[in-house]
Amino acid sequence: MIADIKDQQLLEAFQQGLTLSPRPYAELGLRIGLGENEVIERLARLKQSGLIKRLGVIVKHRKLGYCANAMVVWNIPDEQVHGFGRRISSFEFVTLCYRRPRHGTSWPYNLYCMIHGKNRGTVLEQLRVLEQVCQLSGFNREILFSRRCFKQRGAIYQNAAPLMQPALANG
Amino acid sequence: MDEVDRNIINTLQNGFPVCAAPYHQVAGQLGLTELELIARLKALLDNGTLTRFGPLYNAEQMGGALTLAAVKTPADRFDEVTKIINSFPEVAHNYARDHALNMWFVLATETPRQILQTLAAIEQQTGLTVYNMPKIKEYFVNLKLEA
Repeated sequence: MIADIKDQQLLEAFQQGLTLSPRPYAELGLRIGLGENEVIERLARLKQSGLIKRLGVIVKHRKLGYCANAMVVWNIPDEQVHGFGRRISSFEFVTLCYRRPRHGTSWPYNLYCMIHGKNRGTVLEQLRVLEQVCQLSGFNREILFSRRCFKQRGAIYQNAAPLMQPALANG
Repeated sequence: MDEVDRNIINTLQNGFPVCAAPYHQVAGQLGLTELELIARLKALLDNGTLTRFGPLYNAEQMGGALTLAAVKTPADRFDEVTKIINSFPEVAHNYARDHALNMWFVLATETPRQILQTLAAIEQQTGLTVYNMPKIKEYFVNLKLEA
């Protein structure tokens, strides 16, 4: 939880990223009038609480050769969907896994995952492994490969509102 | 990109320490000096291999909101609809996908109410039905692409 205005200022300053210098947290503190130790304590707490979800590098997939991405959706009975979600998300090549609402008969799918691969072939092979290991073959599913990415940005807000991850939230 | 870069990327996708001299600590694990690690990271950021180096916040805990939405766009209106949807600053990204539901976009707003307002505005401006697919549950993934 955000405890006070200092947390808020810290999150706002931190979302610009870490400086590439030996004492990045001291520098972050300088910008908002906090000492290095206090910055470290506050960030450790905010990480612990889950508000800072991740800390580290975010890669550009295409630069690493990950050119294909598929959104795979299944229609899983409600009472089983949680178990399948947990199993699917444990695979290393699965970059996102969500339960979402169905939309009638035209869109009956309630479990979504994203698979990134070097090309469509590798994605399909990974999906085959996933479906075999998780015993998913009995369920209705569709694969939606991306054709083009029109827009991709990180969301940077004022007042320490959310910083969302641009690259992997849906792509 | 060489083996050292790959090691750096793979290691730092797993996290970065919160301590007084974090580069020093990570460099030690990787068999590099602190300054080598910093120089390598700078180069990877400069050449676009890394898009960011820093934190990722939990949107909901920050009071913000996210949703995934999709529309069925007729082929002859594709460019026009793309333009309308991308014109909304709340649209964080937008992908064309192979399906009748052929345009998929993520909204990120500061409040949950703004999600519904934006979806309504998109419906109004495009004349298309927007399928709202907010998450019910997120399953934890170890978000990492092997370099």
